[in-house]
Amino acid sequence: MVTAPSTAIPGVDIDPFSIAFFDDPFPHHERLREAGPVVRLDTWNLHGVARYAEVHAVLNDPQTFCSSRGVGLSDFAKEKPWRPPSLILEADPPAHTRTRAVLSRVLSPAVMKQVRDGFAAAAEAKVDEIVAMGSFDGVADLAEAYPLSVFPDALGLKKEGREHLIPYAGLVFNAFGPPNELRQQAIDRSAPHQAYVQEQCQRENLAPGGFGACIHARVDAGEITATEAPLLVRSLLSAGLDTTVYGIGAALYCMARFPGEWQRLRADPSLARNAFEEAVRFESPVQTFFRTTTREVEIGGHTIGEGEKILMFLGAANRDPRRWHEPDRYDITRQTSGHVGFGSGIHMCVGQLVARLEGEVMLAALARRVASIEISGPVKRRYNNTLRGLDSLPLTVTAA
Amino acid sequence: MPTITFVHPDHRSEPIDAAVGDSIMQVAIAHGVTEIVAECGGNAMCATCHVYVDGDWLGRLPAMTADEDALLDGAAAERRPTSRLSCQIKITPELDGLVVMLPDRQV
Repeated sequence: MVTAPSTAIPGVDIDPFSIAFFDDPFPHHERLREAGPVVRLDTWNLHGVARYAEVHAVLNDPQTFCSSRGVGLSDFAKEKPWRPPSLILEADPPAHTRTRAVLSRVLSPAVMKQVRDGFAAAAEAKVDEIVAMGSFDGVADLAEAYPLSVFPDALGLKKEGREHLIPYAGLVFNAFGPPNELRQQAIDRSAPHQAYVQEQCQRENLAPGGFGACIHARVDAGEITATEAPLLVRSLLSAGLDTTVYGIGAALYCMARFPGEWQRLRADPSLARNAFEEAVRFESPVQTFFRTTTREVEIGGHTIGEGEKILMFLGAANRDPRRWHEPDRYDITRQTSGHVGFGSGIHMCVGQLVARLEGEVMLAALARRVASIEISGPVKRRYNNTLRGLDSLPLTVTAA
Repeated sequence: MPTITFVHPDHRSEPIDAAVGDSIMQVAIAHGVTEIVAECGGNAMCATCHVYVDGDWLGRLPAMTADEDALLDGAAAERRPTSRLSCQIKITPELDGLVVMLPDRQV
């Protein structure tokens, strides 16, 4: 697949979409980083970058490393996508610029100011519930329950059918992976979830004032067409919920494992926002994304041909010792700016402000109301081709 | 190297030698100016690298884009006519002596 490389690209016999990898990716990340600035992964016939500098460079050169051929392994130039492509995630400029501007405005810092109090009140209510329970599942009862209590309402979704949201998002993120069992099973079971999502994206099903209605309102302003609006709403349904579930889950898991950091947060709850940000760096809930080369390109002295898939290891970049001091330490006062947990460049997570708001108000509510937080049962991992997180996190808390 | 002076909320002045080509945000982060948060890492998406530009300098900076203008409406501290996002201002030799005031909060 590589057209006469100048020097041999180091090959690494790692399957980054295997259960063994998901169970403990960190030694594998180190091998990938140390093998070279770009590596060949023969299992799935692709190239990978795992060092911070190269991941950041690929993310910030969308002309050379495009998204319109899919940000999963499947190359849209060769294969029919499993669903109609996203108008923002799987698009390049100039088409991307227009749709991106719409979502950026719908989820802007000014809009976050408006929803902030409501999100904070819901976080406090949720924490009151788990304090009353004493022992609970950090995933189901908090990491999932809290975003489910705020995000679908903020979007303006109907109450019925919301149980499809997390399975749909799981499907989307599994589908970025290679044609393994996780991807195949997810697509095989996708029909009811896809039908629900398609229906909820329509204008008449979205409550006035919500993020969804705001997207449709841009049709009236002439910024997008009536056929584009539902697909942009779909982006929020795909990427706006499960990611924050994994992000909050990561933060809880950190707090439960690192009591020193938990005590620092309790002593100063204003650190909540950075504690969440550091959890996103430390665990990297979104582990990987692909790009496709639009021309022959050189990475770290190696030549890669046109039309090649490049896998970016965001999680490995976020722990690259070339970029981070003591990368394997969770430090809630770390200077986190520049981590690639939300990506970087023109495709950087458009919902990052929603994620930070949810993470911040949740951790701040915990810091004020909970004295101790401990793991009280077997921790179970949830497997997904793109997302890293837990299926179950039994926790016991005591009230402050 | 151009010198950029950051004025902290307590009026303390901190002159820093800045590399041409870096953004003011990058200079602040590299030198531990903690009032600049820069959550999005310089992608003009978060409004947490807000600064107030010293009046004399404002007109000598490149004009702001519509995106920066919209983001500043969401800045945590009060928006003023002198407000800019420091990630959007690249250091040039002409900016030697620039003074920016830091707001008391970014989130």
